[in-house]
Amino acid sequence: MDVLNDLITVLNSTLRLSTPLLLACLAGLFSERAGIFDIGLEGKMLCAAFFSAAVATVHIPWIAPTGSVWVGMAAGIFAALTLSALHGIASITFRGNQLISGVAINFLATGMTVLIAQSWFKQGGRTPSLKGNGRFNPVELPFAESLKDVPVFGPIYHGLISGHTILVYIALLMVPLTWWMLYRTRFGLRLRAVGEAPEAVDTAGVSVMQLRFAAVGICGVLCGIAGAYLATGLQAGFVKDMTAGRGYIALAALIFAKWRPWYALMACILFGFLQAIALRPDLIEAYLSFKVQVQLLDVLPYILTVIILAGFVGKATPPRAGGEPYVKEQ
Amino acid sequence: MQKIPQWADVVLVPLISLLLATIISALVILAIGQDPVEAVKLMVIGALGSTYGWGYTLYYATNFIFTGLAVSVAFHAKLFNIGGEGQAMIGGLGVAIAALYIPWPHWSIALLACTCSAAVFGALWGYLPAILQAKRGSHIVITTIMLNFIAAGLLNYILVNVLRPPKSMDPATATFPPATHLPTLHDILLPLGMNFSRTAPANITLLIALLAAVFVWLLIWRTRLGYSIRSFGQSGSAAQYAGINPVKITVITMLISGGLAGMMSINTTMGEAERLILNAPEGAGFIGIAVALMGRSHPLGVVLASLLFGFLYQGGAELAMWMAIPRELIVVIQALVILFTGALDNMVRMPIEAFFSALRKSGDAK
Repeated sequence: MDVLNDLITVLNSTLRLSTPLLLACLAGLFSERAGIFDIGLEGKMLCAAFFSAAVATVHIPWIAPTGSVWVGMAAGIFAALTLSALHGIASITFRGNQLISGVAINFLATGMTVLIAQSWFKQGGRTPSLKGNGRFNPVELPFAESLKDVPVFGPIYHGLISGHTILVYIALLMVPLTWWMLYRTRFGLRLRAVGEAPEAVDTAGVSVMQLRFAAVGICGVLCGIAGAYLATGLQAGFVKDMTAGRGYIALAALIFAKWRPWYALMACILFGFLQAIALRPDLIEAYLSFKVQVQLLDVLPYILTVIILAGFVGKATPPRAGGEPYVKEQ
Repeated sequence: MQKIPQWADVVLVPLISLLLATIISALVILAIGQDPVEAVKLMVIGALGSTYGWGYTLYYATNFIFTGLAVSVAFHAKLFNIGGEGQAMIGGLGVAIAALYIPWPHWSIALLACTCSAAVFGALWGYLPAILQAKRGSHIVITTIMLNFIAAGLLNYILVNVLRPPKSMDPATATFPPATHLPTLHDILLPLGMNFSRTAPANITLLIALLAAVFVWLLIWRTRLGYSIRSFGQSGSAAQYAGINPVKITVITMLISGGLAGMMSINTTMGEAERLILNAPEGAGFIGIAVALMGRSHPLGVVLASLLFGFLYQGGAELAMWMAIPRELIVVIQALVILFTGALDNMVRMPIEAFFSALRKSGDAK
């Protein structure tokens, strides 16, 4: 029975660690499907993580006497949207280099979060720990407690499926929603078209700029939720550089998934699983009876991405107009 | 006809970008409740007011010259090498192996050998993304980002499990033998009658960095290869019709770029720490992007921009020590420079273009 318990423990943390990756990956999916490369996912998440934690510590009389995580998340989304707007202005309005803009946004977020955190809280670039309503608390699904003792199904339902924060479930729901938006709505069709052949969209009388700004905006909202989850769901407060490369892993997952929503879910769960087992080297040793280097597990997502990019496991072709600013015909 | 005169392109555009970055940085300092004028004074005194300050400024500048040149060379072929950080880390491994395992008789020979070793290791780390881009079309920006993380993991593994001396808890190599000790600016300038600070880490690597800048200038503007690199960067298809092999140019450019980034590690590893530590480049690989953009990918521009960033780095350390301004202010300034000189280049350029075309029109009217 121990095997089942261990498996549930690892899969439970897989689910929790996959959530920020999944949200950021879907964020990147919207942006890149519309032809705007975004290597600034990391920065947007970091910025959102800081502002959501910082604002969630604020005690608002009457509305949120002990601080509110929802108000915090709204602030986080707003912060990520601000950076998205910057990316949009640089790469859509002024037709700048999208990659360079992304690099700038990442550094801006790294620097600004610590500067502001130090100036507001004076705790070495972190926010105070969040308590009570200041963070997202686990949601108990119906009957989780009473079904706990049912063999096999009980522990899985109680220990794995139930008991996560609401954002985990929202992230999972975002996958079918993204799929539906992209493949079953007019907006989605146009969004995909603008990433492949913007001139065709333009000829059809639809604004390329508006579509791309919309995509970059959705990307900002999702990055905002991802950041809020990091600081107020996964952990209880912001610490310096807390995204720790997750934005780049999300980017790797996006390539791994070849820019498709359901595959993005699978890639993020795979990478989340790698992070989860890296936290439990004792379990790997117990089951595989040899030691796996933690450093190897840490870099495995990146190695897998390079292999995918090398085209050894099918070809990863990005949207055709990706990275190219659109110049309207005169 | 050019839209704006060359002097405006080379001097005016970067200066306006820099001015914008400075204004916003000053606003940021104000917003966190500090005095920007006081901060600038402190930075100037701290970074340029003593030979000690200069020693650090030049030490940092040496790093940035190498990484800035690395990014510039790649830019000329329209390749965006974000992998300078990883290439510098792996270059450090090359330095450590050469310095630790061969008993060098004199520092000059050791320096030569370690430089070559650093360049080869860095170049190898640049080769991988180059060949993947050239042969399989994998985007070099993504692969170099991934390889930065892989380099960090690899170095971590090697330092902890292979090169760490027994009984040591630090993830670092043993200290290099004394024969590999490089002369500092103090040692070099003393015979010339100048008493440069003894404790500052600036060393002879600075001269190698300047030589590298001259080498890059010669390479890009005075050789056949440089011409091929530039024409490939201007138009890949036109270069191909002219008989330039895109695979070859991509690979050679990235080998040179990676080699230059790798050579940065002589300064940090051999010149300063005298052993290989984790994260020796400390972000210099990324600052290379800001330096290359600001220096317009020209070696002279890169050297000047490196001096500026060396000043900012050393000044920033002083700010963190004497005022309540964290070092991260430098990261913000770096981001703003990348933003204005790189991504928002058109925003700065468009009004200048409008101004000059208006000037021309009024000139024609007379």
